[in-house]
Amino acid sequence: MTALNRAGWRPEMNVAGGADDTTTFTGNRALMLEEALIFEIGGSETTGVDFDEAAPAADLGALARTAPIGLPGLSESETVRHYTRLSRQNYAIDLGLFPLGSCTMKHNPRLNEKVARMPGFADVHPLQPQETVQGAYAVIHELAEWLITLTGMHSVAMSPKAGAHGELCGILCIKAALEARGEDRRVILVPESAHGTNPATAAFAGFTVEDIPATEEGRVDLVALKARLGPDVAGVMITNPNTCGLFERDMKAISDAVHAAGGYVYCDGANFNAIVGRVRPGDLGVDAMHINLHKTFSTPHGGGGPGSGPVVLSEALAPFAPLPFVTKQGEVFRLIEEESAGEDHPQTFGRMTAFHGQMGMFTRALTYILSHGADGLKQVAEDAVLNANYVLRSLADVLDAPFAASGPCMHEALFSDKGLAEGFSTLDIAKGLIDEGYHPMTVYFPLVVHGAMLVEPTETESKAALDQFIGALRSIAMRAKNGDPALKAAPHFAPRARLDETLAARKPVLAWEG
Amino acid sequence: MRYLPLTNDDRAAMLATIGALSIDDLFVDVPAAARLDGPIADLPGHASELAVERHMGALARRSRAAGDGPFFLGAGAYRHHVPASVDHLIQRGEFLTAYTPYQPEIAQGTLQMLFEFQSQVARLLGTDVANASMYDGSTACWEAIVMARRITKRTKALLSTGLHPHYRSVARTMAKYTGDVLVDGDPTLEAGTDWAALADSVDKETSCVVVQYPDILGRIDDMTKLAETCQAAGALLIAVVTEPVALGLIKSPGEMGADIVVGEGQSLGVGLQFGGPYVGLFACKTKYVRQMPGRLCGETVDANGKRGFVLTLSTREQHIRREKATSNICTNSGLCALAFSIHMTLLGEAGLRQLAAINHGRAKLAAAELASIPGVSVLNGSFFNEFTLLLPTAARPVIHKLAEMDILGGVSLGRLYPDNAGLENGLVVAVTETVTEADIAAFAAALKEVLA
Repeated sequence: MTALNRAGWRPEMNVAGGADDTTTFTGNRALMLEEALIFEIGGSETTGVDFDEAAPAADLGALARTAPIGLPGLSESETVRHYTRLSRQNYAIDLGLFPLGSCTMKHNPRLNEKVARMPGFADVHPLQPQETVQGAYAVIHELAEWLITLTGMHSVAMSPKAGAHGELCGILCIKAALEARGEDRRVILVPESAHGTNPATAAFAGFTVEDIPATEEGRVDLVALKARLGPDVAGVMITNPNTCGLFERDMKAISDAVHAAGGYVYCDGANFNAIVGRVRPGDLGVDAMHINLHKTFSTPHGGGGPGSGPVVLSEALAPFAPLPFVTKQGEVFRLIEEESAGEDHPQTFGRMTAFHGQMGMFTRALTYILSHGADGLKQVAEDAVLNANYVLRSLADVLDAPFAASGPCMHEALFSDKGLAEGFSTLDIAKGLIDEGYHPMTVYFPLVVHGAMLVEPTETESKAALDQFIGALRSIAMRAKNGDPALKAAPHFAPRARLDETLAARKPVLAWEG
Repeated sequence: MRYLPLTNDDRAAMLATIGALSIDDLFVDVPAAARLDGPIADLPGHASELAVERHMGALARRSRAAGDGPFFLGAGAYRHHVPASVDHLIQRGEFLTAYTPYQPEIAQGTLQMLFEFQSQVARLLGTDVANASMYDGSTACWEAIVMARRITKRTKALLSTGLHPHYRSVARTMAKYTGDVLVDGDPTLEAGTDWAALADSVDKETSCVVVQYPDILGRIDDMTKLAETCQAAGALLIAVVTEPVALGLIKSPGEMGADIVVGEGQSLGVGLQFGGPYVGLFACKTKYVRQMPGRLCGETVDANGKRGFVLTLSTREQHIRREKATSNICTNSGLCALAFSIHMTLLGEAGLRQLAAINHGRAKLAAAELASIPGVSVLNGSFFNEFTLLLPTAARPVIHKLAEMDILGGVSLGRLYPDNAGLENGLVVAVTETVTEADIAAFAAALKEVLA
């Protein structure tokens, strides 16, 4: 293994500053197992798949692939071991509390996985004749109805592939609506506390982005916003609850002002979990809002996706929604595609993706929603908010909570690095949490708070789990305030110590070069 | 409620700690007019696992699954056999329920997997580097066009008529709002590609030429000359691959000089899933890496000198650069990338080549058998595992009649190009290793009967 894992742990290497100085021949530490790359252990002739027939001869002339591709293969036993060993180097919700603010890392029910794998959902082709996929359309339609009802909106575009793709959908609806009105408004207003995707989306769609100022208590400054509105403003993008974990009290007034000035209101629905079943964005004057099914409706994050970002729309924007979409006519579901759009949906801004969106996420989200029901979803929001406030108030004596004085938070608790010992930062607290067996909270976001720490416990944590987390974070905060040097080198017990991100960016190695 | 661990006693104790009298006190910032007191009316309450499974199972049974009988659909989504271990491994909680690897010390599993995925994709597509994946092939295709605009500072993109019509629609939608100029059109029913004509159209305003390989009609062609023409004119050649298994048998676009290669990785590991989630592949030459969209994983060392992996070059991305980012994309398609990577590891080079050869052989067999039906011919001069049949009549009604006979017989060009009557007799037929000789015989017999 030493020869294979050339840059990995070696027996002669003295692990200075680690948990202890003992080394092993393999580099393993009992259940903490090192794993080489497939390129170091696989071979070009090795395979984990058997076929019933030999490869028939092909006559493809000059197009035939002759040079080696360089793809290593492993037998099935080696493959299972490789990926199982890799998996054990990951933290996950299944292992413990995952308080990543604005990411809503809640439990992923396994019934959802089982349902998504039913052949009628998993083994159907998106271009099958419509009469052969009525059950799949039924899922899309049923989920759409739930999303419309839960948000109090007019309709929903189901095809966006993730949150940022949903933002793009909403922004394109706004563009199309302005175009239909014959107006050329070029500016989208976005608060500084917004997710980076908001300004990036507006720019990607060709808008100019301007900041909306915030008040000292962490909310949109309504007076300043009103002052900026005018004939060049296409709309605003506002996250509600916002990324400081606060509900935008003036949301309705903001919407009314934007509408009065001829603009539209986009709401970033990343934080819908805090209000699902308790507040309908439609009652707040929102024109478009994406819903991250992988957040509020618990489709698994999968180490960075896939996501899914349906967008609910107001009556004003609904005519511009993208293709395709599902309608119900009597007992029959119909997919409205390009050919039928002319008569049924002439103002659509077009298509955003091949096929119909993230079906595998729709089945999971619908299963989750049906399991909870209207009463369970309301309880979700209440418990998520209760858990976050419990964390906020339990730690406010040791960590600076910049907006705690302005009232309760919603689903996430925001702290700053104020009051830590000289030389200690939010990063040290985050890395200390790793040693305590937790994934860190979101750090250095939102940008409006110095050294921000955004904690979102979600509703699927028990009080006992929260108490232990609070104890751990309290202990680390005290160490950071007292300047414990061991904290600067944390994590000590993770599969890796702090990684050199500067080196990675300066000399990028993005593929195996062996 | 089985997913909510708090008890009423817990809730009361926690409210006391917070100093609130009731849960409503925590929602005081919500204006009264927008506050709902009880559960939303007219919606059902919570349900047991058994009840939900029963409901969803009934819906699932209302669709005809591909595996239930003869099945010949492709056109951007292909049905391949996925080894059982793939699904087992991607359901490990440490992969399934992890987040984006922003804390690399406790995400080396995901990061190393992404590094392996990027390396596999780059090698398969014949490029230097690949990113950690995009939403799907169609959105990756538009991102490639935008990237070419950034690199060349030109705005005219020439799209081959053989590009998947959905991919073209996505590009058209976006171009309407970004000011990019697209030159595109429907395919014509010819045996070969339109690439020579495309090469003639490249000029000093052209940012890129986009070709699909194999194309929407299943045709394959050599893009070497087109690449040279593009590069001589200062434009980029973007190749789109919607069936990556093909690259086990035919030359990669990178080998033939493509600058950016994007694709749909669904064929490996992911399954049909009614169109999503899929996994977008995005690869290019090293010199363009800082203009790439999406996440990238790179190798580095930790504080003890051990090899490790991190997300890198993030100054391209929205969470750092906001409105100046290369794209608004945030998420990748992590779990689907994992499935792709595991399947590719199981196949290995030898397995991929054999799988590709079997696909091609099976497709040749089907093409010969179907073309022997009176009035039916194969359009393509060459193909991998998908080809276009020309029927003596419009293909769309034929498809529905075949479906009544429980045969899913391909994708009609009438479905893909509803406004182009000139294409209505075309039927795109895909034949993978999952198709048996008996399936082919059943399809041929049914088609013969329908056309008689």
